[in-house]
Amino acid sequence: MEPKRLVIVAVGGQGNLLASSVLGEAALLTGIPLHMSEIHGMAQRGGVVESALVFGDATSTIISDGEADVLVGFEPAETLRALNKCNSRTVVITNLAPLMPFTVNIGQGVYPDLKELQKLIQAKTAKLIAFNAADMAKEAGNVLAVNMVLLGALIQTGVLPLTTENVKEAMKRKTKQQFLDSNLKAFDLGYSAAAAAA
Amino acid sequence: MHKLLTDKAGEQMLLLGNEAIARGAIEAGVAFTSTYPGTPSSEISTSFFQMAQESDLYFEYSTNEKIAMEVAAAAANCGVRSMCVMKHVGVNVAADALMTLAYVGVKGGMVIVSADDPFMFSSQNEQDNRFYAKMSGLPMVEPSSVEEAKDLVTYAFELSEKLNEPVLFRTTTRINHSTGIVTLGKIRKPVIKGDFTKDPLNLVTVPAVARKLHVKLLENYDKALQLAEASEYNLISGRGKWGIICNGVSYNYVNDAIKDLNLADKIKVLRIGFSHPLPPNLIKKFIKNCEKVLVVEEGEPYMEEAVKAMAQEEGLTLEIKGKAKDLFTRLYEYNPGQVRQCIATFFGLDYTPPAAVDVSDVPPVPQRPPTLCAGCSHRATYLEVKKAAEGMETVYPTDIGCYTLGLLPPLSTADFLLCMGSSVGTSGGFSRVTDKKVVAFIGDSTFFHSGIPGLINGVYNNHNFTLVILDNGTTAMTGHQPHPGVDMTKLRLEGYGRVSIEAVVKAIGVKYVTVIKPYKVKKSTEAIKEALNYKGVSVIISEEPCALYAKALKMPQRKPFRVSEKCKDHRECINQMACPAFYIWDEKVNIDPDMCTGCAVCAQICPENAILPVKETA
Repeated sequence: MEPKRLVIVAVGGQGNLLASSVLGEAALLTGIPLHMSEIHGMAQRGGVVESALVFGDATSTIISDGEADVLVGFEPAETLRALNKCNSRTVVITNLAPLMPFTVNIGQGVYPDLKELQKLIQAKTAKLIAFNAADMAKEAGNVLAVNMVLLGALIQTGVLPLTTENVKEAMKRKTKQQFLDSNLKAFDLGYSAAAAAA
Repeated sequence: MHKLLTDKAGEQMLLLGNEAIARGAIEAGVAFTSTYPGTPSSEISTSFFQMAQESDLYFEYSTNEKIAMEVAAAAANCGVRSMCVMKHVGVNVAADALMTLAYVGVKGGMVIVSADDPFMFSSQNEQDNRFYAKMSGLPMVEPSSVEEAKDLVTYAFELSEKLNEPVLFRTTTRINHSTGIVTLGKIRKPVIKGDFTKDPLNLVTVPAVARKLHVKLLENYDKALQLAEASEYNLISGRGKWGIICNGVSYNYVNDAIKDLNLADKIKVLRIGFSHPLPPNLIKKFIKNCEKVLVVEEGEPYMEEAVKAMAQEEGLTLEIKGKAKDLFTRLYEYNPGQVRQCIATFFGLDYTPPAAVDVSDVPPVPQRPPTLCAGCSHRATYLEVKKAAEGMETVYPTDIGCYTLGLLPPLSTADFLLCMGSSVGTSGGFSRVTDKKVVAFIGDSTFFHSGIPGLINGVYNNHNFTLVILDNGTTAMTGHQPHPGVDMTKLRLEGYGRVSIEAVVKAIGVKYVTVIKPYKVKKSTEAIKEALNYKGVSVIISEEPCALYAKALKMPQRKPFRVSEKCKDHRECINQMACPAFYIWDEKVNIDPDMCTGCAVCAQICPENAILPVKETA
């Protein structure tokens, strides 16, 4: 199959790596080739965590600038920072709940205006799906489920060759039992939000 | 049961590259494993550490890479299959052992993993460790994918036993930290016990023996050449008059580019997986049938120079290029788009890269550099050292670990860094040639790794500096591995000894040693002030568990703090500490109760005493 390239950007601690591992397990269940990579180490100390997932017939595990088919940002400023990964056909999904970089907190930078940010992304890419995933995670009963909300939205777009059924099965295998119900609910809320945006 | 011990050949699993390497070792029947943790290699040894607790596998976190290599070399000299794991710069530490181990060789298979880090995601340099193979004369293999990494480990063990030499297994970050679907193979039953046969005339490297052993090493090199010529890991694919020679992850970018550019019938590819010694016959035969050849390799022109020399030997004048102004760089890691572009440029193809969005009108996004965690005890110690050193001109040599993050303002407590242990060593030099107060910082694990000889040097040569040992009870940066100072019974592990940092420092002969609890600001600051005024070598041991680790171990947590109405907006807290739990909202400082660990350091520096524990009234 034609390769599909997904970039996920997040702030350390937002569960980016778990989301990637759920997608990886889903690809394994579906029987499609997957190559992915992530950055560990220094990035875990509150820095940016970026994952690249390449589904289908390709062997590279990283994605060059302008070559993402879909970009998922767990944090709005990070979505904007990763815009160089996109082209005019890229689908972008972003959480709108900011996590202030401490540089902003100590007055060394200005956080981008959220309306302006959405306008910019909309103008440059094929489609932007933006919502407050943190609120939805709360609604699902698990503030840490922002990653699963965004996973739901990602699957709804249909860009990736993965079914809801397989992703939910992968969630069962990869996420903690005690959080499974809230995670599944978070996934559904994200899925519906993306459907409403369509 | 640990997932990597699953004894079901044929089952598919999604594995991190490092897990695939650990699994490969298990399949190869590895019995003895050792490491000093270092990104990007760390998860290989984490897997061994976990598996050793439920199988016959022996694993140890050694004090440093040199020792990790020595213990493994001894096990391998008793016929036991052994593996030692380290990051690329760790091989520098182990190099002394490595160079002569190449002469002595091994009886059982020994594989040395060198995890290189192009782009320096988590490293102080991006040295290309293929040159260690060349320098030591040892064989080296390099995988191109996660899947291949697993199988290549077994190959490396077999190769090691064929040659009776250790084999270097080189990865790069994009192998270690990539994830792929891996098919499990059979697990070979490990041989746990070995035996040592005395053979001093071959094993004790006095000059007369070493002269003989060097001859043996060169003979082995010739054998290795033959094996490299025939190796299935040096493989040719495709057809055409243009040639590409590549290794490691570059092979993936090359393959994808050939597909994207529809060059399947124009380009053939030689992928080198057995990269030292390089196979001259195979390479010469390959380039003879090419009009021009592009060498695609991250890092140094290791293959490019060799291929050019081979062409010269054959009297070939075809164009061979790799590192060049309009082609590849020696810098950083490569990516698929870059490789596609360079292939198009070199072979003169009409190619327009896909247009990335124009980001020229995107406003600058505030930086989000990694920072010390909320409640990190290093931040408290740094704050106190700066208070204690007020009015002094200082130099702050630092070391390798989380605490390097003290380099950013407002802490600004890192002035110089070379390598593990360099804080202590360089302090001697700084204090001799300047009149500034030298205060060096080193972590607990790094102190054991290579800080001790520097401290002995300071005492012996009567240098004048203060060493602050930041003892947070773990090797934090690489993911909380234990070290010799850790009480292993707290990890519910029996059979370990424990070394006290304070006792070591005193035994070395440091006359001024003081232990502080960094969350007590006033008391610590005073103790530090006294230490700074001491002429000679003084040591401050700052003891407080890593905040992240304490949480992971479910140690009792303190109540978070809040900013009360008494706040008069001096912002001493945020300006001096920049703890990530602070944020400005509505022009006022706030504390995120989910992030705050209750260290209370900010509460102690607030001039209005306005920072109070949550749930208490002002």
